Amino acid sequence: MAEKRIADKYDRDFLLKLLEEMVIIRRVEEKAAQMYGLQKIGGFLHLYIGQEAVAVGSMAALDLKKDYVMTTYRDHAHALVAGMSADALMAEMYGKATGCAKGKGGSMHMFDAENHMLGGHGIVGSHMPLATGVAFKIKYLEEDGVVLCYFGDGAIHQGAFHEALNLAKVWELPIVYIVENNQYGMGTDFRRISAVHDLYKKGCSYDIPGALVNGMDVLEMYEATKEAVARAKEEGIPTLLEARTYRYRGHSMSDPGKYRTREELDEYRKQDPILFLKSDMIHDGLLTEEEYQEIDKKAKKIADDSAEFAENSPDPEPEALYEDIYV
Amino acid sequence: MPEITFREAIRQAIDEEIARDERVFILGEEVAQYDGAYKVTQGLLSKHGEKRVIDTPIAEEGFTGIAVGAAMVGLRPIVEWMTFNFSLMAYDTVVNSAAKMRYMSGGQFSMPIVFRGPNGPAEYLASQHSQALQSIYAHIPGLKVVTPATPYDAKGLLKTAIRDDNPVIFMEAEMMYNLKGEVPEEEYLIPFGEADIKREGKDISLIVHAKPLHMVLKAAEQLEKLGVDAEVVDLRSIRPLDEKAIYDSVKKTNRAVVIDESWPFASVGSHVAWLISRNCFDLLDAPVELVSSEDVPMPYNHKLELAAQPTVDKIVAAAKEVLYLK
Repeated sequence: MAEKRIADKYDRDFLLKLLEEMVIIRRVEEKAAQMYGLQKIGGFLHLYIGQEAVAVGSMAALDLKKDYVMTTYRDHAHALVAGMSADALMAEMYGKATGCAKGKGGSMHMFDAENHMLGGHGIVGSHMPLATGVAFKIKYLEEDGVVLCYFGDGAIHQGAFHEALNLAKVWELPIVYIVENNQYGMGTDFRRISAVHDLYKKGCSYDIPGALVNGMDVLEMYEATKEAVARAKEEGIPTLLEARTYRYRGHSMSDPGKYRTREELDEYRKQDPILFLKSDMIHDGLLTEEEYQEIDKKAKKIADDSAEFAENSPDPEPEALYEDIYV
Repeated sequence: MPEITFREAIRQAIDEEIARDERVFILGEEVAQYDGAYKVTQGLLSKHGEKRVIDTPIAEEGFTGIAVGAAMVGLRPIVEWMTFNFSLMAYDTVVNSAAKMRYMSGGQFSMPIVFRGPNGPAEYLASQHSQALQSIYAHIPGLKVVTPATPYDAKGLLKTAIRDDNPVIFMEAEMMYNLKGEVPEEEYLIPFGEADIKREGKDISLIVHAKPLHMVLKAAEQLEKLGVDAEVVDLRSIRPLDEKAIYDSVKKTNRAVVIDESWPFASVGSHVAWLISRNCFDLLDAPVELVSSEDVPMPYNHKLELAAQPTVDKIVAAAKEVLYLK
């Protein structure tokens, strides 16, 4: 009998949870893309497809009763994993009153205070000090929590990144910075604009440990984050993880993707995070193809139902325009 | 009633609020060990300790953003900017994050944070250190903007700002830190959005906020010698703005000069002047005048820098214009 790949280390329910989360993210986003094409969703729509293992693997190391996540405008996956319903997510993209932000945020601003999903931020780099401030709160109130702060390879050159890392280290804050290096800041290859190509090394200036993680492998993401979370909570040492990953779709829906080749995209599709985990589970006898089809069917239904929910939800009332500006 | 300085009034407010609420803390450049670049925070580190009074590096975007994130999850930071000129390094986090968080999350988050420091020109500081930036903050929905001009107002408004669950821009002035005034020993709060009539009069309304109040009071004395009884309306807070107090005064005097030390283009002053022109049109006996800073960067030369700002003479001249006095 062939050697087990993952069965000895992880229990089946945990692996199924990761697999289901990744499939749901993908199917919900595919539905969003379809509805964008039908002009049900407007503005910017930044899809996560291809990067699912990063959010799912890293957030599996959290307890969102006391931990927090904050991310960029490419935020659907983090919101879903945190516990936001696909209905509230899709309705927000539709701009409906039943959306997580009552239709005032849209695709880029998914917030779920109860589940400690702190957005959904649209200005590249701007949220990194904010996430650091959340870690400051945890330390100030002597809580047992950690913050995962996600951003892209494009954001790492902002001054905010450097100012945040410096203070996180000086003040020994419980935070893990995760650069989701999907290798293109919009259409710019990160190698063309970064003096250092191993982005995880950028923590060295602040004496912050860094590690390169295969962002297409959900279990590698989980393990690396778990270790960084423990270091943050127990020793007050922040970490910079570089998740090397790939987005299959454009930067946003308007991106023709002429800056990369078909071959490169196909190469990454072979390392697809869902196929990776699925094949390992099948190999180890933890999953059958039929069971996988059932998971996929369920995910498609969640996606379809969310679009139907959004379609049938009301627009915000006109007076909502003037609400939620001040307490 | 004891007389204290504007600086001491602000210090008292911070001191009392830190003692009152464990979630309140102050951070900024030189606020702790150095006792404050302008000595506003003098003694607070030794009294409250380094958890509550925190030195930062010169990284306005970073430490301001950290405070915004902390406020989002329930702490109540006071950010000291050494001056508002440097706040432009943090303008993104104030405008894009602090002012928007509640709205774009559909009301899920409040933002109990105060951004404070000296604003406007002092002396001999040239272009980059002499700016009055209230207009660019007042432009932003989601922010409150407060501009006290006396020790009494400073203390009462700052305590209100620290207890407010919204982001508050609190603007002081280097040239006012030594200004003395009566401040009661017992606790008091001054609500936002209530202008204060600093001098009652019936012939003309002089509408002002922040440091130029003191020039306007001198101008009113000069006008009195000309037989003109001027009313001085100190707005105290820009957002929210006490429109009623402005209109009530103009109703009485039928003439108005607005005084604002920021630049004239798209400014607090031009906005207030427009509000009066629009809402008091039938009451006005003359067009509304605006006395602002000149539309130029600040020069270093002392004669020139004084010429760039509102002066008592300019205010008197504008008042005479509105009164058709030659």
